[in-house]
Amino acid sequence: MNWIRLKYTKPFNIFREGLSRNNPIVISVLGICSALAITNRVENAIAMGIGVTFVIMGSSAIVSLIRQFIPSRVRMVTYMVIISSFVIAFQMLLAAFFPLIEEELGAYVGLIITNCIVMGRSEAFAVKNPVKYTVVDGLANGIGYTYVLVLISSVREILAFGTFLGFRVLPEAFPVWTVMAIAPGGFFVLGLLIWIIRELTKNFELQN
Amino acid sequence: MLRMLEIFIGSILDHNIALAYILGMCPLIAISTNLKNAKGMGLAVVFVVTLTGIINYPIYLLLKATDSTHLALLVFITTIAATVQFLEMFIDKFFPKLYNAFGIFLPLITVNCVVLGVSLFFVNREYNFGETAAFSFGAAVGWMVAIVLLAGVREQMAKKSDVPRGLAGKGIAFIILGILSLAFVGFSGLANIG
Repeated sequence: MNWIRLKYTKPFNIFREGLSRNNPIVISVLGICSALAITNRVENAIAMGIGVTFVIMGSSAIVSLIRQFIPSRVRMVTYMVIISSFVIAFQMLLAAFFPLIEEELGAYVGLIITNCIVMGRSEAFAVKNPVKYTVVDGLANGIGYTYVLVLISSVREILAFGTFLGFRVLPEAFPVWTVMAIAPGGFFVLGLLIWIIRELTKNFELQN
Repeated sequence: MLRMLEIFIGSILDHNIALAYILGMCPLIAISTNLKNAKGMGLAVVFVVTLTGIINYPIYLLLKATDSTHLALLVFITTIAATVQFLEMFIDKFFPKLYNAFGIFLPLITVNCVVLGVSLFFVNREYNFGETAAFSFGAAVGWMVAIVLLAGVREQMAKKSDVPRGLAGKGIAFIILGILSLAFVGFSGLANIG
Protein backbone atom coordinates (compact mmCIF):
# COMPACT_ATOMS: atom_id res chain seq x y z
CA MET A 1 0.00 0.00 0.00
CA ASN A 2 2.73 2.41 0.92
CA TRP A 3 4.36 1.86 -2.47
CA ILE A 4 1.27 2.98 -4.32
CA ARG A 5 0.99 6.12 -2.25
CA LEU A 6 4.70 6.79 -2.67
CA LYS A 7 4.23 6.97 -6.42
CA TYR A 8 2.14 10.12 -6.13
CA THR A 9 4.38 12.07 -3.77
CA LYS A 10 6.42 15.00 -4.97
CA PRO A 11 9.86 13.68 -3.97
CA PHE A 12 9.25 10.49 -5.93
CA ASN A 13 8.36 12.43 -9.06
CA ILE A 14 11.36 14.70 -8.71
CA PHE A 15 13.52 11.64 -8.37
CA ARG A 16 12.12 9.99 -11.48
CA GLU A 17 12.56 13.19 -13.51
CA GLY A 18 16.25 13.35 -12.71
CA LEU A 19 16.88 9.72 -13.52
CA SER A 20 15.07 9.44 -16.80
CA ARG A 21 13.05 12.19 -18.39
CA ASN A 22 15.38 15.02 -17.41
CA ASN A 23 18.61 13.07 -17.30
CA PRO A 24 21.35 15.71 -17.24
CA ILE A 25 23.64 13.99 -19.73
CA VAL A 26 21.63 12.18 -22.36
CA ILE A 27 18.60 14.47 -22.50
CA SER A 28 19.84 17.93 -21.54
CA VAL A 29 23.46 17.25 -22.66
CA LEU A 30 25.08 19.09 -19.76
CA GLY A 31 28.29 18.35 -17.89
CA ILE A 32 29.88 16.56 -20.80
CA CYS A 33 33.50 17.58 -20.18
CA SER A 34 34.02 15.32 -17.21
CA ALA A 35 31.68 12.68 -18.61
CA LEU A 36 34.04 12.09 -21.50
CA ALA A 37 37.47 13.00 -20.23
CA ILE A 38 37.66 10.56 -17.32
CA THR A 39 35.45 7.69 -18.46
CA ASN A 40 38.11 5.34 -19.85
CA ARG A 41 38.10 3.45 -16.51
CA VAL A 42 35.00 2.46 -14.52
CA GLU A 43 36.53 3.29 -11.13
CA ASN A 44 37.26 6.86 -12.24
CA ALA A 45 33.67 7.19 -13.40
CA ILE A 46 32.34 6.02 -10.04
CA ALA A 47 34.63 8.38 -8.12
CA MET A 48 33.58 11.27 -10.34
CA GLY A 49 29.91 10.36 -9.98
CA ILE A 50 30.11 10.31 -6.20
CA GLY A 51 31.92 13.64 -6.24
CA VAL A 52 29.37 15.33 -8.46
CA THR A 53 26.44 13.90 -6.46
CA PHE A 54 27.98 15.17 -3.22
CA VAL A 55 28.65 18.61 -4.67
CA ILE A 56 25.17 18.98 -6.22
CA MET A 57 23.40 17.91 -3.02
CA GLY A 58 25.53 20.06 -0.74
CA SER A 59 25.57 23.21 -2.83
CA SER A 60 21.87 23.01 -3.75
CA ALA A 61 20.93 22.60 -0.08
CA ILE A 62 22.96 25.66 0.92
CA VAL A 63 21.65 27.74 -1.98
CA SER A 64 18.11 26.71 -1.06
CA LEU A 65 18.65 27.60 2.61
CA ILE A 66 19.87 31.12 1.87
CA ARG A 67 17.77 31.74 -1.24
CA GLN A 68 15.90 34.65 0.34
CA PHE A 69 19.11 36.51 1.03
CA ILE A 70 20.89 36.19 -2.33
CA PRO A 71 20.54 39.38 -4.39
CA SER A 72 19.72 38.29 -7.94
CA ARG A 73 22.46 40.43 -9.52
CA VAL A 74 25.29 38.60 -7.81
CA ARG A 75 23.67 35.17 -7.59
CA MET A 76 26.07 33.53 -10.06
CA VAL A 77 29.13 34.51 -8.04
CA THR A 78 27.41 33.36 -4.86
CA TYR A 79 26.72 29.94 -6.39
CA MET A 80 30.33 29.74 -7.55
CA VAL A 81 31.73 30.35 -4.09
CA ILE A 82 29.38 27.82 -2.47
CA ILE A 83 30.07 25.19 -5.14
CA SER A 84 33.83 25.62 -5.02
CA SER A 85 33.86 25.20 -1.22
CA PHE A 86 32.21 21.80 -1.65
CA VAL A 87 34.57 20.84 -4.45
CA ILE A 88 37.59 21.71 -2.30
CA ALA A 89 36.15 19.54 0.47
CA PHE A 90 35.69 16.63 -1.94
CA GLN A 91 39.17 17.06 -3.36
CA MET A 92 40.68 16.91 0.14
CA LEU A 93 38.67 13.77 1.01
CA LEU A 94 39.78 12.08 -2.19
CA ALA A 95 43.42 13.02 -1.66
CA ALA A 96 43.29 11.67 1.89
CA PHE A 97 41.59 8.31 1.23
CA PHE A 98 42.09 7.51 -2.48
CA PRO A 99 45.33 9.22 -3.57
CA LEU A 100 45.67 7.00 -6.66
CA ILE A 101 42.28 7.97 -8.07
CA GLU A 102 42.94 11.61 -7.18
CA GLU A 103 46.13 11.48 -9.23
CA GLU A 104 44.33 9.88 -12.17
CA LEU A 105 41.50 12.42 -12.17
CA GLY A 106 43.94 15.31 -11.75
CA ALA A 107 42.56 18.71 -12.70
CA TYR A 108 39.15 17.24 -13.55
CA VAL A 109 38.16 17.12 -9.86
CA GLY A 110 38.58 20.89 -9.69
CA LEU A 111 36.60 21.21 -12.88
CA ILE A 112 33.45 19.93 -11.11
CA ILE A 113 32.99 23.64 -10.28
CA THR A 114 32.33 24.47 -13.91
CA ASN A 115 30.21 21.36 -14.47
CA CYS A 116 27.04 22.89 -15.90
CA ILE A 117 24.82 20.40 -14.04
CA VAL A 118 25.76 21.75 -10.61
CA MET A 119 25.23 25.36 -11.62
CA GLY A 120 22.11 24.40 -13.57
CA ARG A 121 20.43 22.74 -10.59
CA SER A 122 21.18 25.75 -8.38
CA GLU A 123 19.77 28.15 -10.93
CA ALA A 124 16.81 26.09 -12.12
CA PHE A 125 15.71 24.33 -8.94
CA ALA A 126 17.41 25.25 -5.67
CA VAL A 127 16.62 28.98 -5.70
CA LYS A 128 12.90 28.29 -6.06
CA ASN A 129 12.33 25.27 -3.80
CA PRO A 130 12.57 24.35 -0.12
CA VAL A 131 15.50 22.31 1.14
CA LYS A 132 13.81 18.89 1.33
CA TYR A 133 12.91 18.83 -2.38
CA THR A 134 16.25 20.32 -3.35
CA VAL A 135 18.18 17.51 -1.70
CA VAL A 136 16.07 14.87 -3.47
CA ASP A 137 16.55 16.69 -6.76
CA GLY A 138 20.31 16.86 -6.22
CA LEU A 139 20.49 13.16 -5.41
CA ALA A 140 18.39 12.25 -8.45
CA ASN A 141 20.50 14.31 -10.83
CA GLY A 142 23.70 12.99 -9.28
CA ILE A 143 22.59 9.38 -9.70
CA GLY A 144 21.32 10.10 -13.20
CA TYR A 145 24.76 11.49 -14.03
CA THR A 146 26.63 8.63 -12.36
CA TYR A 147 24.84 5.79 -14.09
CA VAL A 148 25.37 7.30 -17.54
CA LEU A 149 29.07 7.74 -16.68
CA VAL A 150 29.33 4.13 -15.54
CA LEU A 151 27.59 2.98 -18.73
CA ILE A 152 29.98 4.93 -20.99
CA SER A 153 33.04 3.87 -19.04
CA SER A 154 32.03 0.18 -19.05
CA VAL A 155 31.88 0.16 -22.84
CA ARG A 156 35.17 2.03 -23.10
CA GLU A 157 37.09 0.05 -20.50
CA ILE A 158 35.98 -3.33 -21.85
CA LEU A 159 36.85 -2.45 -25.44
CA ALA A 160 40.03 -0.50 -24.69
CA PHE A 161 41.64 -2.71 -22.03
CA GLY A 162 39.56 -5.90 -22.02
CA THR A 163 38.88 -5.37 -18.30
CA PHE A 164 36.00 -4.30 -16.07
CA LEU A 165 36.87 -2.56 -12.79
CA GLY A 166 40.36 -4.00 -13.24
CA PHE A 167 39.22 -7.63 -13.70
CA ARG A 168 39.86 -9.24 -17.08
CA VAL A 169 36.61 -10.05 -18.88
CA LEU A 170 37.76 -10.50 -22.48
CA PRO A 171 40.36 -13.10 -23.50
CA GLU A 172 43.97 -12.01 -23.94
CA ALA A 173 43.72 -12.68 -27.68
CA PHE A 174 41.08 -9.97 -28.12
CA PRO A 175 42.57 -7.11 -30.16
CA VAL A 176 42.00 -4.05 -27.92
CA TRP A 177 40.55 -0.90 -29.44
CA THR A 178 43.10 1.75 -28.47
CA VAL A 179 40.82 4.46 -29.85
CA MET A 180 38.39 3.83 -26.97
CA ALA A 181 41.00 4.81 -24.39
CA ILE A 182 41.55 8.26 -25.91
CA ALA A 183 39.25 11.22 -26.57
CA PRO A 184 37.61 10.16 -29.89
CA GLY A 185 36.27 6.96 -28.29
CA GLY A 186 34.42 9.02 -25.70
CA PHE A 187 32.81 11.18 -28.35
CA PHE A 188 31.67 8.21 -30.40
CA VAL A 189 30.26 6.27 -27.43
CA LEU A 190 28.32 9.28 -26.14
CA GLY A 191 27.00 10.11 -29.61
CA LEU A 192 25.73 6.57 -30.08
CA LEU A 193 24.31 6.45 -26.54
CA ILE A 194 22.32 9.63 -27.18
CA TRP A 195 21.05 8.12 -30.40
CA ILE A 196 19.91 4.90 -28.68
CA ILE A 197 18.22 6.66 -25.78
CA ARG A 198 16.43 9.17 -27.99
CA GLU A 199 15.24 6.40 -30.28
CA LEU A 200 13.93 4.43 -27.27
CA THR A 201 12.25 7.35 -25.51
CA LYS A 202 11.07 9.03 -28.73
CA ASN A 203 12.53 12.27 -27.40
CA PHE A 204 13.73 13.90 -30.61
CA GLU A 205 15.32 17.28 -31.22
CA LEU A 206 13.52 19.47 -33.72
CA GLN A 207 15.40 20.08 -36.95
CA ASN A 208 15.57 23.75 -37.92
CA MET B 1 61.42 31.75 -26.44
CA LEU B 2 61.63 28.49 -28.39
CA ARG B 3 59.98 26.71 -25.44
CA MET B 4 57.10 29.21 -25.53
CA LEU B 5 56.64 28.59 -29.24
CA GLU B 6 56.64 24.84 -28.67
CA ILE B 7 53.97 25.15 -25.98
CA PHE B 8 51.90 27.48 -28.15
CA ILE B 9 51.92 25.20 -31.21
CA GLY B 10 51.55 22.08 -29.08
CA SER B 11 48.49 23.34 -27.25
CA ILE B 12 46.76 24.22 -30.53
CA LEU B 13 47.40 21.01 -32.44
CA ASP B 14 48.82 18.16 -30.40
CA HIS B 15 47.18 18.85 -27.03
CA ASN B 16 44.09 20.69 -28.28
CA ILE B 17 42.09 21.56 -25.18
CA ALA B 18 38.72 20.76 -26.76
CA LEU B 19 39.58 17.71 -28.84
CA ALA B 20 42.21 15.99 -26.69
CA TYR B 21 41.31 17.12 -23.14
CA ILE B 22 37.57 17.44 -23.81
CA LEU B 23 37.06 20.76 -22.07
CA GLY B 24 34.46 23.44 -22.77
CA MET B 25 31.96 21.04 -24.29
CA CYS B 26 28.73 22.76 -23.23
CA PRO B 27 29.29 25.97 -25.24
CA LEU B 28 31.06 24.01 -27.98
CA ILE B 29 27.90 21.99 -28.62
CA ALA B 30 25.39 24.76 -27.89
CA ILE B 31 26.86 27.60 -29.97
CA SER B 32 28.22 25.71 -32.96
CA THR B 33 25.06 25.68 -35.06
CA ASN B 34 26.21 28.62 -37.16
CA LEU B 35 29.63 29.88 -38.12
CA LYS B 36 29.14 33.54 -37.21
CA ASN B 37 28.21 32.85 -33.59
CA ALA B 38 30.98 30.28 -33.32
CA LYS B 39 33.55 32.88 -34.35
CA GLY B 40 32.18 35.39 -31.84
CA MET B 41 32.29 32.87 -29.02
CA GLY B 42 35.78 31.76 -30.06
CA LEU B 43 37.10 35.33 -29.99
CA ALA B 44 35.54 35.96 -26.60
CA VAL B 45 37.17 32.81 -25.24
CA VAL B 46 40.60 33.75 -26.65
CA PHE B 47 40.32 37.14 -24.98
CA VAL B 48 39.15 35.92 -21.58
CA VAL B 49 41.33 32.81 -21.29
CA THR B 50 44.54 34.65 -22.17
CA LEU B 51 43.72 37.43 -19.73
CA THR B 52 42.70 35.20 -16.82
CA GLY B 53 45.70 32.90 -17.33
CA ILE B 54 48.04 35.89 -17.04
CA ILE B 55 46.15 37.29 -14.04
CA ASN B 56 45.91 33.98 -12.19
CA TYR B 57 49.62 33.23 -12.41
CA PRO B 58 50.87 35.95 -10.00
CA ILE B 59 47.91 35.18 -7.73
CA TYR B 60 49.00 31.57 -7.59
CA LEU B 61 52.54 32.64 -6.67
CA LEU B 62 51.04 34.68 -3.84
CA LEU B 63 49.03 31.66 -2.64
CA LYS B 64 52.16 29.52 -2.78
CA ALA B 65 54.14 32.05 -0.76
CA THR B 66 51.48 32.07 1.96
CA ASP B 67 51.14 28.27 1.86
CA SER B 68 47.44 28.27 1.04
CA THR B 69 47.35 26.49 -2.31
CA HIS B 70 44.31 24.43 -1.25
CA LEU B 71 42.29 27.63 -1.75
CA ALA B 72 43.47 27.92 -5.36
CA LEU B 73 40.15 26.73 -6.81
CA LEU B 74 38.11 29.24 -4.88
CA VAL B 75 40.45 32.11 -5.70
CA PHE B 76 40.76 31.23 -9.39
CA ILE B 77 37.04 31.02 -9.98
CA THR B 78 36.46 34.32 -8.18
CA THR B 79 39.16 36.00 -10.26
CA ILE B 80 37.61 34.61 -13.42
CA ALA B 81 34.10 35.77 -12.51
CA ALA B 82 35.41 39.22 -11.59
CA THR B 83 37.50 39.52 -14.77
CA VAL B 84 34.59 38.54 -16.97
CA GLN B 85 32.27 41.00 -15.23
CA PHE B 86 34.83 43.79 -15.52
CA LEU B 87 35.59 43.01 -19.15
CA GLU B 88 31.90 43.08 -20.03
CA MET B 89 31.42 46.54 -18.52
CA PHE B 90 34.67 47.84 -20.00
CA ILE B 91 33.93 46.70 -23.55
CA ASP B 92 30.33 47.85 -23.34
CA LYS B 93 31.49 51.33 -22.33
CA PHE B 94 34.48 51.88 -24.61
CA PHE B 95 34.09 49.54 -27.60
CA PRO B 96 30.35 49.22 -28.29
CA LYS B 97 31.04 47.75 -31.74
CA LEU B 98 33.14 44.94 -30.27
CA TYR B 99 30.46 44.42 -27.61
CA ASN B 100 27.87 43.80 -30.30
CA ALA B 101 30.16 41.23 -31.91
CA PHE B 102 30.82 39.06 -28.89
CA GLY B 103 29.49 40.83 -25.78
CA ILE B 104 26.53 38.51 -25.41
CA PHE B 105 28.83 35.53 -25.08
CA LEU B 106 30.84 36.98 -22.20
CA PRO B 107 28.54 36.06 -19.27
CA LEU B 108 28.48 32.46 -20.51
CA ILE B 109 32.23 32.20 -20.32
CA THR B 110 32.43 32.07 -16.53
CA VAL B 111 31.11 28.53 -16.64
CA ASN B 112 33.26 27.51 -19.60
CA CYS B 113 35.56 24.78 -18.31
CA VAL B 114 38.38 25.96 -20.56
CA VAL B 115 38.96 29.07 -18.47
CA LEU B 116 39.32 27.25 -15.18
CA GLY B 117 40.98 24.28 -16.87
CA VAL B 118 43.83 26.42 -18.19
CA SER B 119 44.48 27.81 -14.73
CA LEU B 120 44.49 24.33 -13.19
CA PHE B 121 46.73 22.88 -15.90
CA PHE B 122 49.46 25.49 -15.49
CA VAL B 123 49.55 24.66 -11.79
CA ASN B 124 49.85 20.91 -12.49
CA ARG B 125 52.55 21.38 -15.11
CA GLU B 126 54.57 23.92 -13.09
CA TYR B 127 54.98 26.47 -15.87
CA ASN B 128 56.81 29.77 -15.44
CA PHE B 129 55.19 33.07 -16.41
CA GLY B 130 56.18 33.09 -20.09
CA GLU B 131 55.11 29.49 -20.56
CA THR B 132 51.79 30.20 -18.83
CA ALA B 133 51.10 33.10 -21.18
CA ALA B 134 51.97 31.00 -24.25
CA PHE B 135 49.87 28.08 -22.98
CA SER B 136 46.83 30.24 -22.15
CA PHE B 137 46.87 31.87 -25.58
CA GLY B 138 47.55 28.59 -27.39
CA ALA B 139 44.83 26.66 -25.56
CA ALA B 140 42.28 29.37 -26.29
CA VAL B 141 43.21 29.54 -29.98
CA GLY B 142 42.97 25.74 -30.09
CA TRP B 143 39.46 25.87 -28.65
CA MET B 144 38.49 28.50 -31.23
CA VAL B 145 39.86 26.29 -34.02
CA ALA B 146 37.73 23.41 -32.73
CA ILE B 147 34.48 25.38 -32.49
CA VAL B 148 34.96 27.00 -35.90
CA LEU B 149 35.67 23.63 -37.55
CA LEU B 150 32.66 22.03 -35.86
CA ALA B 151 30.36 24.93 -36.76
CA GLY B 152 31.47 24.83 -40.38
CA VAL B 153 30.69 21.13 -40.67
CA ARG B 154 27.38 21.41 -38.81
CA GLU B 155 26.23 24.38 -40.90
CA GLN B 156 26.83 22.48 -44.14
CA MET B 157 25.25 19.32 -42.74
CA ALA B 158 22.07 21.12 -41.74
CA LYS B 159 21.62 22.20 -45.37
CA LYS B 160 22.63 19.10 -47.25
CA SER B 161 22.49 15.88 -45.31
CA ASP B 162 19.74 13.64 -44.03
CA VAL B 163 20.61 12.69 -40.46
CA PRO B 164 18.59 9.98 -38.63
CA ARG B 165 16.05 11.75 -36.39
CA GLY B 166 17.41 10.29 -33.15
CA LEU B 167 20.89 11.51 -33.97
CA ALA B 168 19.88 14.98 -35.19
CA GLY B 169 21.22 17.99 -33.31
CA LYS B 170 23.50 17.08 -30.43
CA GLY B 171 23.99 13.42 -31.26
CA ILE B 172 25.54 14.07 -34.63
CA ALA B 173 27.64 16.88 -33.17
CA PHE B 174 29.38 14.32 -30.97
CA ILE B 175 30.06 12.02 -33.91
CA ILE B 176 31.57 14.94 -35.86
CA LEU B 177 33.66 15.88 -32.81
CA GLY B 178 34.85 12.29 -32.58
CA ILE B 179 36.03 12.34 -36.19
CA LEU B 180 37.71 15.74 -35.74
CA SER B 181 39.37 14.48 -32.60
CA LEU B 182 40.57 11.39 -34.43
CA ALA B 183 42.09 13.66 -37.08
CA PHE B 184 43.91 15.65 -34.40
CA VAL B 185 45.35 12.44 -32.96
CA GLY B 186 47.48 12.55 -36.10
CA PHE B 187 49.40 15.48 -34.61
CA SER B 188 50.39 13.56 -31.49
CA GLY B 189 54.09 13.64 -30.67
CA LEU B 190 54.48 17.02 -32.37
CA ALA B 191 55.39 18.94 -29.25
CA ASN B 192 56.17 18.11 -25.64
CA ILE B 193 54.25 20.55 -23.46
CA GLY B 194 54.03 18.65 -20.18
